[in-house]
Amino acid sequence: MEKSKAIFSALVILGLCLSVLPSAIAKSSGTSEGYTINGRVKIAGMGAKGFSLPGKISNVKIILNGGQRVTFLTPDGYFSFHNVPAGTHLIEVAAIGYFFSPVRVDVSARNPGKVQAALTETRKGLIELVLEPLREEQYFEIREPFSIMSLVKSPMGLMMGFMLIVVFLMPKLMENMDPEEMRRAQEEMSNRGVPSLANLIPGAAGGSR
Amino acid sequence: MAMVIRVFLLLLFIFFYAKHSFALYEDQVGLMDWHQQYIGKVKHAVFHTQKAGRKRVVVSTEENVIASLDLRRGAIFWRHILGGNDIVDEIDIALGKYVISLSSEGSLLRAWNLPDGQMVWESFLQGPTPSKSLLFISTNFKVDKDNIILVFGKGCLHAVSSVDGEILWRKELATESLEIQQVFQPLDSDIIYAIGFVGSSQFDTYQIDAKNGELLKHRSAVFPGGFSREFASVSSDMLLALDATRSILVSINFRDGETRFHQTYISDLVEDSFGTATIFPSKLTGKIAIKINSYIVFIGVTGDNKLEVVEKIDYPAAISDALPFSEGRQAFALVQHGENKIHLMVKLDNDWRSNLLDESIEMDHQRGLVQKVFINCYIRTDRSYGFRALIVMEDHSLLLLQQGEIVWSREDGLASVIDMTTSELPVEKDGVSVAKVEHSLFEWLKGHMLKLKGTLMLASPEDIVIIQGMRLKSSEKSKMTRDHNGFRKLLIVLTRAGKLFALHTGDGRVVWSFLLPSLCRSETCEYPTWLSIYQWQVPHHHAMDENPSVLVVGRCGLSSDAPGVLSFVDIYTGKELKSMNIAHSIAQVIPLPFTDSTEQRLHLLVDADKHAYLYPRTPEAINMFQRQFPNVYWFSIEAENDIIRGHALQRNCMPEVEDEYCFNTRFLWSIIFPSESEKIISTATRKLNEVVHTQAKVIADQDAMYKYISKNLLFVATVAPKAAGEIGSATPEESWLVVYLIDTVTGRVMHRVTHLGSHGPVHAVFSENWVVYHYFNLRAHRYEMSVIEIYDQSRADNKDVLKLVLGKHNLSAPISSYSRPEVTVKSQTYFFTHSVKTMAVTSTAKGITSKQLLIGTIGDQVLALDKRFLDPRRSINPTQSEKEEGIIPLTDSLPIIPQSYVTHSLQVEGLRGIVTIPAKLESTTLVFAYGVDLFFTRIAPSRTYDSLTEDFSYALLLITIVALIGAIFVTWVLSVRKELSEKWR
Repeated sequence: MEKSKAIFSALVILGLCLSVLPSAIAKSSGTSEGYTINGRVKIAGMGAKGFSLPGKISNVKIILNGGQRVTFLTPDGYFSFHNVPAGTHLIEVAAIGYFFSPVRVDVSARNPGKVQAALTETRKGLIELVLEPLREEQYFEIREPFSIMSLVKSPMGLMMGFMLIVVFLMPKLMENMDPEEMRRAQEEMSNRGVPSLANLIPGAAGGSR
Repeated sequence: MAMVIRVFLLLLFIFFYAKHSFALYEDQVGLMDWHQQYIGKVKHAVFHTQKAGRKRVVVSTEENVIASLDLRRGAIFWRHILGGNDIVDEIDIALGKYVISLSSEGSLLRAWNLPDGQMVWESFLQGPTPSKSLLFISTNFKVDKDNIILVFGKGCLHAVSSVDGEILWRKELATESLEIQQVFQPLDSDIIYAIGFVGSSQFDTYQIDAKNGELLKHRSAVFPGGFSREFASVSSDMLLALDATRSILVSINFRDGETRFHQTYISDLVEDSFGTATIFPSKLTGKIAIKINSYIVFIGVTGDNKLEVVEKIDYPAAISDALPFSEGRQAFALVQHGENKIHLMVKLDNDWRSNLLDESIEMDHQRGLVQKVFINCYIRTDRSYGFRALIVMEDHSLLLLQQGEIVWSREDGLASVIDMTTSELPVEKDGVSVAKVEHSLFEWLKGHMLKLKGTLMLASPEDIVIIQGMRLKSSEKSKMTRDHNGFRKLLIVLTRAGKLFALHTGDGRVVWSFLLPSLCRSETCEYPTWLSIYQWQVPHHHAMDENPSVLVVGRCGLSSDAPGVLSFVDIYTGKELKSMNIAHSIAQVIPLPFTDSTEQRLHLLVDADKHAYLYPRTPEAINMFQRQFPNVYWFSIEAENDIIRGHALQRNCMPEVEDEYCFNTRFLWSIIFPSESEKIISTATRKLNEVVHTQAKVIADQDAMYKYISKNLLFVATVAPKAAGEIGSATPEESWLVVYLIDTVTGRVMHRVTHLGSHGPVHAVFSENWVVYHYFNLRAHRYEMSVIEIYDQSRADNKDVLKLVLGKHNLSAPISSYSRPEVTVKSQTYFFTHSVKTMAVTSTAKGITSKQLLIGTIGDQVLALDKRFLDPRRSINPTQSEKEEGIIPLTDSLPIIPQSYVTHSLQVEGLRGIVTIPAKLESTTLVFAYGVDLFFTRIAPSRTYDSLTEDFSYALLLITIVALIGAIFVTWVLSVRKELSEKWR
């Protein structure tokens, strides 16, 4: 993309070049009374991205008033809407991979040549109609590389972790306990008949005999 | 112990909430979605085959697409869809590297780079009057290596440089009623000819200097008989036109600035020519083709304005334009139809006997007739000339013929889907061979080994490719039988060409296609237009042996009181069961909630005179219907008069029409909107097949609210007449939007709300007890989305247990559509960034899963937005209990999370509709989005809580189980030892 630094002025100009037209037409108002909105879309580093997005400048669409008119970008990013009536308009940029704020553009009949544009998302005024994406859009989750953490976080990892805790930490907890309390708890357990692991497995119970 | 449990629960909690996203990984693209790109019915085609390298054909279509196709395979190199008002008039190629397109009635001229489709320049051409638009690229006239492009549009002739789009000169040619019909520049000449008609009988010729646009000569001549505006040029100085009565051919000779007319009666040329003649629009040299009765007659011009019949062929045929090839010779193609075949002939323009090419090609008769043919020539290896032909069929498909074969074909009818429905696939038959199982077991093991490698990041790049390929074309998903989860279905789509396609949801392939019979195109019904498609027979409980079928409704002609056509098509075989030409018109089709013993759904067809007809016409159906007779209500919307009317059935219309399936109707109510202040722009109702799981909504503090769920609610949005146009046409003071919720049985307005300073277009979805609508707020100059939820207040007391015990509740009271329930309405409004093309809501089998809105944005993407964001109970600081309930703190605008685009990085170009179909698996919805492209996927609005996802790692599960068993044995041994040592102590 060419990065021209030319100052882009007179963005909304009177579309009718009166000098070219015969005067008879200039008087016949109504049919061709309108203004031209010129602007530019600037996407930094387009095409140089690592993602496999089909983001190409030829696929960018500029949409006026929710689909009333659609235009495309020239190779250096300029676009224009011709024959636009005076009023307040909305310009949207549809570009895959980028989030653009819609732009409110006032085309006034009183002082042609004056542009008033503002981003509707951030309410930021624009001095010239240069549209830049607010952010890039990433449509896919990024697959995290294989790591121990992800394995641990999975349900199976949690099961293992829980088991390890029970196997190795529980005896430690038991050791730290007050022996008296321990005895009481054991008595309680035997009274209640809570099945221990050894009791559960008949072979183990037999082996202990 | 308690602490351990708490830690465990915390870990579980972290696990469930850490990965709270619905998005896909990039390598999951294509696993459950498919995307198909189309262009639509081709209007113009220009070949680009001169140079070595990629051979292309550039086309423009009726879907307003300009596309460059690969001539070898038919794939799309690039394409652009122009705006809806920016209709492409003509396309051509200039300088061998730019595609020139003229659109918007000749006012926008654009050049596109041929290799990549980048727009190079754009020129806006102005003129005083709307007129026919013409594009002519002169190849012989060059200024500094610059071809000039001649454009006639808006009453002016423009010469435009093809390098940068600069207007070199312009010449106004429009007088009061001049209509320029043709602009051309003879070879080796600096003079541009522009010819046209003034009024009905005057013929004008202009000669213009190509260098500066000066008018050199202007001649006009009057032909007393008058013209029919149909003409064809025969040579650079001669035209053939039809006179006003269409019975005389007038040859117009304008050589040397003199205009001479010469009349020939068609009846003198052709015997039995009693019909009216029309001129074929093909551009031939030395002859024209006219259609009389059921014949096409080629009429050639011999010396001194003598006309003679060259050949007479049967009508359904297509003729291409003449194509100049070697040494000034010109050829044209002629396609005729035979039995299951088409005959393609390429003939020299000046010699009928010569056949450069004569081929018969087998043609599926589901493609219908050939409508257009474009030819291109190439040089064979033996230095002779070969021809390839691009043909457009009646079903809008595009085929390339070369050497007697179909090289490729594109089903471009699918670019214009107008209606769709779905169907289950047949149940799987028993009996699977053992060999197949063994084979699949081996494959299964191999596949899992590879997947395990992939999970453990041990796979080589080749393995990864194999894994990806395996996942994409798993034979499971494209089977032709029903599956347990209900993911495999048939999508039955009706296209504008009148063709039905059955698409498989697994991979999007066309299972069968059926061109709705052209037999209706008889004397009585010349142009049937097909409108909509309904499920006619869905066998499930009994009548399981029957195949399901659909009803396709059409009418003969464009007006709404034209007689109707019905066609019944079997879904499994794709064959028509029967078709009917019915005597009455079809204004409305109402599927009734009753089915007969063979599971045929009863349908009520309402005609323009408000008579209702019952289908199927069987005694059983009428008996069933008589019982439900007083319970049938419907409404009609007259958008142009801003009236909504409610209707009910009255009695048999026996005395007037001898038909016991015909009923008179009566008006019940009508709502007339004041036309000076309100205009209907949008309506929405609930989907008929929507399932609601629960009527109560439990809110914080153990309280409950009862949803007001009625199938008879209608959402209507009206705007001020001034605000009905485009955004920017009205000021906030003079525009407003009024929203109504209307009960369609009683005509009662349940709720009405006015949004001052708001503007259309309005898109709305209605589901359960809520409606969400999207509109433009002129004051904030942003789009807004509002939600309205309706709750039934009359049932709010049922929560009292004492009343419940004493039997004083009203739960068992019969619910009547006539009752006037007390309703309360909650609503809230948010900003939304994008323009919206269409909106839909997910639907699941039992309605338990939470809903998502599917928003088709202006960028042709489909965004899934949780209904939780559109909950009127959202507040800035939700209380603790509300937070637990899942209420999101209020923000002024709705979030757009890129990962929640259902279409991920794809675009459904020209998006027109989104359809959601519930799968059998409760968590999952199938989504079908159509426009010029088709896109299908399945989504789980609350994640797939009822099944394991496809990337679930079975290997890890197995490893864990093995490890756990091992651990059990280890601990067992340990515990035995420990117990033994305890006992020894």
